[in-house]
Amino acid sequence: MSNNKRPDAGFVREIGCSAPRLDAADKVTGAAVFAADLYPADLLWAGVKRPEHPHARLLAIDTAAALAIPGVVAVLTHKDIKGSNRLGIFEKDQPILADERVRHYGDAVALLLAESKEALAAAMAAVRVEYEVLPALFDPVLSQAADSPVLHPQRSAGNLLIGGEIRRGDPAEALTQAAYQVTLTVSTTWQEHAFLETQAGVAQLETDGTLTMTVSTQTPFRDRLELAEAIGLSPAKIHVIAPCLGGGFGGKDGITVQGFLALAAMHSGGRPVKLWYSREESILAGTKRHPLQAEYTLGCDQTGQLQALSARLLFDTGAYASLGSEVFALAMENAGGPYRIPNVAIDGAAVYTNNPVAGAFRGFGVPQVAAAMEQAIDELARAGGFDPLELRRQNAVVRGDSSPTGVTLTGTVGIGECLDTLARHPLWQRRQSWLAAAPRFKRRGIGIAAVAQSIGYGPAIADCGNAKMELLADGRLRVYVGVSDMGQGNASTYAQIAGHILGQPMDAMELVFPDTARTLPSGSASASRTTFTYGNAMIRAAELLGERIKARAALMVSFQLLHSVKLEDMALLPGRLQHVPSGRSLPLPLVATLMDATERMATATYTAPVNDQPLDSGVNLRKHGFPHRLASYGVQLAALEVDTLTGETEVCELLSCIDAGRVLNPQLYEQQVQGGVAQGLGYALFEEFTVEQGRIKTGDLSTYILPTALDVPDMLTVPVSSHEPAGPFGMKGIGEIGIDAVLPAVANALATATGQRIAGGTLNAEKVLAALRHTGQEAMR
Amino acid sequence: MNLSFTLNGQQVALEVAPDRRVVDLLREDLNMGGTKECCGSGECGACTILVDGQSQLSCLMLAAQLQGRSVLTIEGAAADADAAIVQQAFVEHGAVQCGFCTPGMILATLDLLQRIPQPNREQVRHELSGNLCRCTGYQKIIDAVMAAAVSLKGGQR
Repeated sequence: MSNNKRPDAGFVREIGCSAPRLDAADKVTGAAVFAADLYPADLLWAGVKRPEHPHARLLAIDTAAALAIPGVVAVLTHKDIKGSNRLGIFEKDQPILADERVRHYGDAVALLLAESKEALAAAMAAVRVEYEVLPALFDPVLSQAADSPVLHPQRSAGNLLIGGEIRRGDPAEALTQAAYQVTLTVSTTWQEHAFLETQAGVAQLETDGTLTMTVSTQTPFRDRLELAEAIGLSPAKIHVIAPCLGGGFGGKDGITVQGFLALAAMHSGGRPVKLWYSREESILAGTKRHPLQAEYTLGCDQTGQLQALSARLLFDTGAYASLGSEVFALAMENAGGPYRIPNVAIDGAAVYTNNPVAGAFRGFGVPQVAAAMEQAIDELARAGGFDPLELRRQNAVVRGDSSPTGVTLTGTVGIGECLDTLARHPLWQRRQSWLAAAPRFKRRGIGIAAVAQSIGYGPAIADCGNAKMELLADGRLRVYVGVSDMGQGNASTYAQIAGHILGQPMDAMELVFPDTARTLPSGSASASRTTFTYGNAMIRAAELLGERIKARAALMVSFQLLHSVKLEDMALLPGRLQHVPSGRSLPLPLVATLMDATERMATATYTAPVNDQPLDSGVNLRKHGFPHRLASYGVQLAALEVDTLTGETEVCELLSCIDAGRVLNPQLYEQQVQGGVAQGLGYALFEEFTVEQGRIKTGDLSTYILPTALDVPDMLTVPVSSHEPAGPFGMKGIGEIGIDAVLPAVANALATATGQRIAGGTLNAEKVLAALRHTGQEAMR
Repeated sequence: MNLSFTLNGQQVALEVAPDRRVVDLLREDLNMGGTKECCGSGECGACTILVDGQSQLSCLMLAAQLQGRSVLTIEGAAADADAAIVQQAFVEHGAVQCGFCTPGMILATLDLLQRIPQPNREQVRHELSGNLCRCTGYQKIIDAVMAAAVSLKGGQR
């Protein structure tokens, strides 16, 4: 029984079939090595001194006392940085170490290196920093006020990171004609990624001048370029390795500790350095999901046809841009949901404040706008007396329609089928009897929400994958993973694709994780793109390698048969090749040994097609990714019970009907959906990220409450497995959409249960109880 | 202090500060990185080890507390027939994603199944509620624990 191999591990795992992940065996035995697990011999510990003010001018940093502490090797400030000292992907506005000023409590003032963690802590306390405290900006609404402090004075747009507008038709006129209309304000708060492995890495300056870094990152190749400029090294001298990541979810999309690691390694006398954030530091310094303040006005005609949307969006990006402009662009693109709306005005902005930095997080702006749009459409259904599912179905886009932003939908669009699937589901069919059967002191509610999640980078940056794979001399296959596997299992899927095409079992595969010296640049693990883009490249590489293997085998068979052999008569089978007409078989290892090393290595490039439609509005968003060509679609249902005595919510059922294209591996598909739904449930009910005057009040896992096994019910996942012609084997992307509609589905269910809508922030028991009180249901049986 | 205890079936004796955290002792001094640290404050369960068969949080334990005790970490689990069954169930049922909670989950599961050999899903949820996972939503972890419970009884359903 303790045999650690599946009895069928030697079988090909065909595309479409579940395959246990290749990394799972090492992860259950503790053998898998994460960046945080590395303790090179003779290492120095690096640590970061953080400011005491959310906005202050840096006057002086006195490092003498810290340096005098035994065991302290270096205390570095911005003066020790040779490069631009500016990080950022598009907007390079974030110093590695603060120079002129600090802009939030999570900024970095000094970087310390010491022999022990104890010496490091003592030195941190001994660094004396002189500040001139500046007035701070915490309310994004005030960002443009004349008397508000400006965070980045060199920017011509001041505190406005980016603004944008989408215009279609005449929404003001259409709203005056609408039979029904609703106006709703919705706000969402920050969300912490809370990946279990906090930001971590080790680095060393090699004797040849190469800076080698093993770090928990979703973007090893981009990091290299970003770092090179900031620290003044050639990118060719920076070697980044991304092993297994202990979660990412967008929070490791870009530089986290890499700047510190590089700087530390350049001042450690050649010794390796390690930096690993505590949970508190991870929360303090890491990026978050952007908070949104939204106002939506939505109108429809007598029959329920949506006529107009007028929306205002305000995102707080915090002290630095991070990926704020790109999150903003995607939010603008998806703000109107998966519906036909002929008249649209969406005005939005993302602004700087002295709050924590917001950036990429699974969903990338979509969960926030879905929270607003999907509550608005439920309110419209209530106002017009429409069934909320019918109203969505009636207005759902199909291929060839224009999205609310006016972009023609040319890819597969499965939202209609998702809604139909949900409509047929027993949870929906039997909802009335379930709602009516609430126990004493309970009220029940069922809510749904629908959503579109764009896939890939959009038109500005080439969404490109460079796959590489190798037939080893022993006949095994090595798959080089160009895109980080932060836990989502894309690396295994690449192996499954290779095995499917080459007819080889999963246990003949091995993986090489991202490494700028071994794998090829293939972009970030983000945007629901990893399998779409790299998978497409992988297909080409595997086919190319398969052709070569068959050609070499055919040559060998032709020598045996003394006549020429057609390539299509050669079948690649587990561990061997067979010449089908003659039945002759050749072991794959034998064929491999007769191939040159360069022949056994195959690479292939795939660049995702972009959407080049002319835009009537939102043109400035194009360089930040708008518009996309493809989207996944979904509808989610939450069935819940609230306690009229305590306001506590128990979520009973969560159903996700999702069109992410063809499902390549059902087990991994479910992992993505279930994980996203659980994060969405945390976002909706538990994870009340609180900031006061720029100071995080939920700075650890005892105050920032993640859902536990008791809080997440068993979830139902029904794939709507459409076939997207552009996708690898017809798939689109499943990494993000699972989180998108959970909050509004829960909010809509709570509105049904309590009779009152809670439009702000985390939907906690206090607010639910207040809603029950408002409708006279508090403590009602 | 001179610390002596059993680690994964092997006797270990070493000189260590009595107030060294057990998680640091394992990871930094004994080169056993399978025991993870995630919060350092007893909230998440990632650093779970078994001490005399009971799950304990190694970030909240000090080295001196191990004196004369028997410790099982994830590195020693594969040699334990029951643990190997639990590990296999985690692999097959898709209970592993990023894998950072996995060692702690598996050791907590061992403790759980020793005390409650035939749990229902609610009991599993309750027993594992001290182990946070950010990737899976727990469902497949619970599937794996339920399957392991069946296997450990000799495969009877």
